[in-house]
Amino acid sequence: MASTDTRSPGDPEPQHAASASPIDAGNTVNTVNAGRPGGAGGKGSAAGASDQLAGLEAGLDALETHTKTRVPLGRVLLDQVLPPVVAVALVLIAWQLAYHFEVKPHYQLPSPAEVARALQDKWLDGTLLGYVWESLSRGALGFAASLIIGTPLGLVVARVWFVRAAIGPILSGLQSLPSVAWVPAAIIWFGLTNSTIYAVVLLGAVPSIANGLVAGVDQIPPLFLRAGRTIGATGFAGIRHVLLPAALPGYIAGLKQGWAFSWRSLMAAELIATSPELGTGLGQLLDQARVDSDMSLVLAAILLILIVGIGIELLIFAPIERRVLRSRGLLASNR
Amino acid sequence: MSATLTKQPLTTERSSSYAARIDHVSKSFGRPGAQQQVLDDIALDVAPGEFVCLLGASGCGKSTLLNLVAGLDKPTAGSIDVPGGRPALMFQEHALFPWLTAGKNIELALRMRGVPRGSRRTEAERLLGLVRLNGSYGKRVHELSGGMRQRVALARALAQDSKLLLMDEPFAALDAITRDVLHDELTRIWAETHVSVLFVTHNVREAVRLAQRVVLLSSRPGRIAREWDVEIPQPRRIEDAAVADLSVEITEQLRGEIRRHGQH
Ligand SMILES: Nc1ncnc2c1ncn2[C@@H]1O[C@H](COP(=O)(O)OP(=O)(O)O)[C@@H](O)[C@H]1O
Ligand SMILES: [Mg+2]
Repeated sequence: MASTDTRSPGDPEPQHAASASPIDAGNTVNTVNAGRPGGAGGKGSAAGASDQLAGLEAGLDALETHTKTRVPLGRVLLDQVLPPVVAVALVLIAWQLAYHFEVKPHYQLPSPAEVARALQDKWLDGTLLGYVWESLSRGALGFAASLIIGTPLGLVVARVWFVRAAIGPILSGLQSLPSVAWVPAAIIWFGLTNSTIYAVVLLGAVPSIANGLVAGVDQIPPLFLRAGRTIGATGFAGIRHVLLPAALPGYIAGLKQGWAFSWRSLMAAELIATSPELGTGLGQLLDQARVDSDMSLVLAAILLILIVGIGIELLIFAPIERRVLRSRGLLASNR
Repeated sequence: MSATLTKQPLTTERSSSYAARIDHVSKSFGRPGAQQQVLDDIALDVAPGEFVCLLGASGCGKSTLLNLVAGLDKPTAGSIDVPGGRPALMFQEHALFPWLTAGKNIELALRMRGVPRGSRRTEAERLLGLVRLNGSYGKRVHELSGGMRQRVALARALAQDSKLLLMDEPFAALDAITRDVLHDELTRIWAETHVSVLFVTHNVREAVRLAQRVVLLSSRPGRIAREWDVEIPQPRRIEDAAVADLSVEITEQLRGEIRRHGQH
């Protein structure tokens, strides 16, 4: 029988252990005392053999480990900042040319300088930051609420098949519904109040966030879940230590999109739901400029909306996403 | 010096005569009517501290059997008893979590086992030392080579402090030199930790290099075709003549099993 209850100890003295290993008589297998080739005579001490193995391993590790080279900051700036600056400059030049040759009458297409002046005026009379802040704080609050609602919703849809079958398709369908479509309904429900604005923002952002998490969970390699279960991460611990971290890249992509939808929905709502009690955000500024037929200010407001949307994406979401992907080795280094 | 180490039946808990008992287990997949029987009446005991290699052609049901022993799936018939609690499982892919460092991967297993926070770090460092990866605690998974990843995965499996270690072709994706080194390491760690190992492979030489007992599975359905006790003393080398001789014998049998399938 194979139930040999004796075994040679690995490290202490392999050479000796080898010859001392018990061998049942009458076994079918021919037993050959196979010493290490080259180590015949048991000369090399056990410690020597172990050291050799450790050395071999260290060599393999060193050969296979890639050393990372850090790209200098100047290079990064050149690679990442120069291209968009060139693109913006080209757009400005084209715009100036269009103005110069009066593609449209000046009152319809003001020059870049006039738009800049409109911005400057708003800055000088101290109201510019007020508009931006009004919209930005609404956007942030709406986004935070969407996050709090969308995350558990996504988790439940991803993990409970019944809920998924029931509302999964609706949730992804909602994503393709422009949230501006909700504005009339929200106004009838809530009147011209902040509730209307937040309702539209939530309806725009919650589906993206939830769907992002669902996609993130769906993309988890089953191997991670099995590995989690074998080390005992089941139930809540499994969600916390395996499921959520594994779904993080998809979740963050969903958050990014959720922000874009929040901002878009917010502008739609502000543009339509204008009333003195509602305060003035960028959308209301834009609408006011339209009413006044002030094309410079219209373009200035559009520019501000664009800058805030892109700025949040670049300053908050892009770094988080890059960090997460890089720490997992999922980011192809630039070039 | 007779440096043989007598293995006591494991002291704690109920002392069983086996680390795992696979009791006439069968497994089928698919709906009733269109069933495919993968495993047929497998009966196998792994003794405490024993190193058993399960050998078979690809698709014969080795992983299926290991999953059953790991409790990740249920047998269609028969039963499985693992008295030492949840077994540790190592896959062909390292299955380390890329959002954690090497050390934190191990610490997560320790945490799930209930090791108090204060001693996790020390224990993780000790386990990394056991697989000779001192200094890799803070490394990200993608910064490690294939061999290093499998060693971290081994350390994580050992962190479960399970009496039974299940390994599903854990070295199959490694190059020959690295695999050879990991064979040496596994033999050493097995001797140091007294863990029982059920090691799945389709590589005959690897099985003979490592195991005290080689169990050959036939294919479709998977049945135990034959067993060999490997009495070649450790440490063995994969190129040892004795390893080669037994490998030839087993390979012949394995080929015979495979050939049977081409005959109808
Ligand atoms: N979940 C499953 N559902 C259906 N068939 C399966 C499943 N898992 C494995 N099989 C089938 O069982 C057989 C054995 O698979 P596996 O245990 O992975 O083989 P091995 O690990 O020996 O290569 C294969 O034919 C495979 O198609
Ligand atoms: Mg397999």
